[in-house]
Amino acid sequence: SKSRSTFGEKLNRLFANFRSVDEDFFDDLEDTLIESDVGFDMAVNLTDQLREEVKLQNAKNREDVQNVIIQKMIDIYDQAGNDESTKINMAENGPTVILFVGVNGVGKTTTIGKMADKYKKDGKKVLLAAADTFRAGAIEQLDEWAKRDQVDIVKKPEKSDPSAVVYEAVHKAKEEDYDVLFVDTAGRLQNKVNLMNELSKMKKVLTREIPEAPHEVLLVLDATTGQNALNQAKLFKETTDVTGIILTKLDGTAKGGIVLAIRNELHLPVKYVGLGEKVSDLSKFDANDYVYGLFKGLIK
Amino acid sequence: MAFEGLTERLQKAMRNLRGKGKVSESDLRKTMREIRLALLEADVNFSVVRKFVKTVQERAKGADVLEGLNPAQQIVKIVDEELTKTMGEEATPLNKSEKIPTVIMMAGLQGAGKTTTAGKLSLKLKNEKDARPLLIAADIYRPAAIDQLEQVGKEIDVPVFQKGTDVDPIEIVKQGMQVAKENHNDYVLIDTAGRLQIDEKLMDELKNIKELTHPDEILLVVDAMTGQNAVNTAEGFNDALDITGVVLTKLDGDTRGGAALSIREVTQKPIKFIGQGEKMDALDVFHPDRMASRILGMGDILSLIEKT
Ligand SMILES: Nc1nc2c(ncn2[C@@H]2O[C@H](COP(=O)(O)OP(=O)(O)OP(=O)(O)O)[C@@H](O)[C@H]2O)c(=O)[nH]1
Ligand SMILES: Nc1nc2c(ncn2[C@@H]2O[C@H](COP(=O)(O)OP(=O)(O)OP(=O)(O)O)[C@@H](O)[C@H]2O)c(=O)[nH]1
Ligand SMILES: [Mg+2]
Ligand SMILES: [Mg+2]
Repeated sequence: SKSRSTFGEKLNRLFANFRSVDEDFFDDLEDTLIESDVGFDMAVNLTDQLREEVKLQNAKNREDVQNVIIQKMIDIYDQAGNDESTKINMAENGPTVILFVGVNGVGKTTTIGKMADKYKKDGKKVLLAAADTFRAGAIEQLDEWAKRDQVDIVKKPEKSDPSAVVYEAVHKAKEEDYDVLFVDTAGRLQNKVNLMNELSKMKKVLTREIPEAPHEVLLVLDATTGQNALNQAKLFKETTDVTGIILTKLDGTAKGGIVLAIRNELHLPVKYVGLGEKVSDLSKFDANDYVYGLFKGLIK
Repeated sequence: MAFEGLTERLQKAMRNLRGKGKVSESDLRKTMREIRLALLEADVNFSVVRKFVKTVQERAKGADVLEGLNPAQQIVKIVDEELTKTMGEEATPLNKSEKIPTVIMMAGLQGAGKTTTAGKLSLKLKNEKDARPLLIAADIYRPAAIDQLEQVGKEIDVPVFQKGTDVDPIEIVKQGMQVAKENHNDYVLIDTAGRLQIDEKLMDELKNIKELTHPDEILLVVDAMTGQNAVNTAEGFNDALDITGVVLTKLDGDTRGGAALSIREVTQKPIKFIGQGEKMDALDVFHPDRMASRILGMGDILSLIEKT
């Protein structure tokens, strides 16, 4: 397909920087993967598979080796993602409810601001729920995004019960025929049992009002996070049935390699990536771009 | 905890090692491999790991095994000592200016915890030093950043100087410093916007604030969950600002916090405080030895060694 050849072309440029493909090459490959936060086991595993494949196919010259590796990376990547949908699951009728979860400071509120703008410009009637009633200035932050995006918002005073905000918002969304409801929640570390329970309670409130809701539970992950992101994905998935990942801050120097391990282990698809702080800095996840980004460090 | 700590790893390795005169090549190899893996799983940067393992290896090579220890325990002891040494041996206090005000500037990536830490630190200074701090709101970019700082200030009863979002941050800081002078505030804490270390324009802004205020402390605030990239961030901010210290936040989570070692290694600057929660009192002094144990998950091993 078209995207594959683009990926291949990019990797070709990468491999052109190597005189020969020997053990040093595979050592570099492994280091690069570790440096991208894919995790030690995953890095060794991937490198072994690539090395095996090169042997198996009896690739001798550099060009053969490149092709083998390119193909293998794509296979490995595709395998982990069978039956995945990177689309946002929309309600057949009535409001679509999208719940945002994640640890502190990863970019939940900002991503809602960006996504709400997209849907609004698509002609949808959008509502935001300010269910982070805990962090100082959180309600004002979402409110500012609502103003910028020119969409409506449901908010209550600071320290109100977040479930009450959720209830009021989902109710309003139903009554007043909104197309999409974005629910912003307070950041919480996955090892805080009470806060995680509070999150499942909010989710139950949504389901009680609209049986299919939430239609998406998006876990926001910061690309600079290391191995702990796997813990985050596991525990948030357990409490809230996460349906997809948003990988933020990819405009920085971090590669977000942990997403590969998460995909392998938990089969969660990345749906969007955050590439900055502006409203337009949100892109659909492109696997080719992402995998290429992981190898960027090899290019001097 | 999802990751096997060094304790579990070494318990396996140690079963096959018996106490004998010297640490042998093969003891060393096996143990070093486990240490390398434990460090990588804890998010210590791979080049920092490489260097660290080499240092330990040199020291352990042919070292006499102390009475009551087996070779692996002996190596762990060396690792612990080296790690604590790299981490800075003991807690480093906050810098203080000869004449008031002491100026503290916060810097770091987006969402690291700068604003929260500025509040926590103000409260700490108030409680422990009877200080009268002033907070300056120099983040004009993030939506509602000023509201956030004002709410924080209100909660801990510390004044916040702000000029809205239409005034240049340098100008805000200049005016804020003037107000601090007039009111005899003994500490000034400057909250700055989050930025990438590769964002030249915004890094210049920080340099200008530094030039204007000559801070006694430039604290780099880093999320303890940061992975391999911690070295890039630390290097970038340190090169631009010559930071004076580091605050590691969100250590109330279950991360091992290997970033601490990476940052310390590349900047050689002390980690001064750790954030252990969202509440205003959740800021603690950094203890290098405790962090060393946390990174390797070797608290148990050390007590094991003490017992034998
Ligand atoms: N560079 C960059 N910054 C981002 C991106 N997404 C969000 N940010 C910034 O990261 C910081 C935190 O973003 P928020 O949206 O407040 O994060 P949050 O998850 O809602 O945080 P809490 O509600 O406090 O848990 C802000 O300064 C955002 O501007 C991104 O893709 N790239
Ligand atoms: N659990 C926990 N959360 C923390 C800690 N420090 C800060 N936070 C949370 O992390 C999130 C981001 O904190 P902020 O203080 O807004 O971070 P910032 O660096 O000022 O962010 P920007 O101004 O957007 O760059 C908030 O949800 C804080 O409550 C900590 O030590 N533990
Ligand atoms: Mg938020
Ligand atoms: Mg801030």
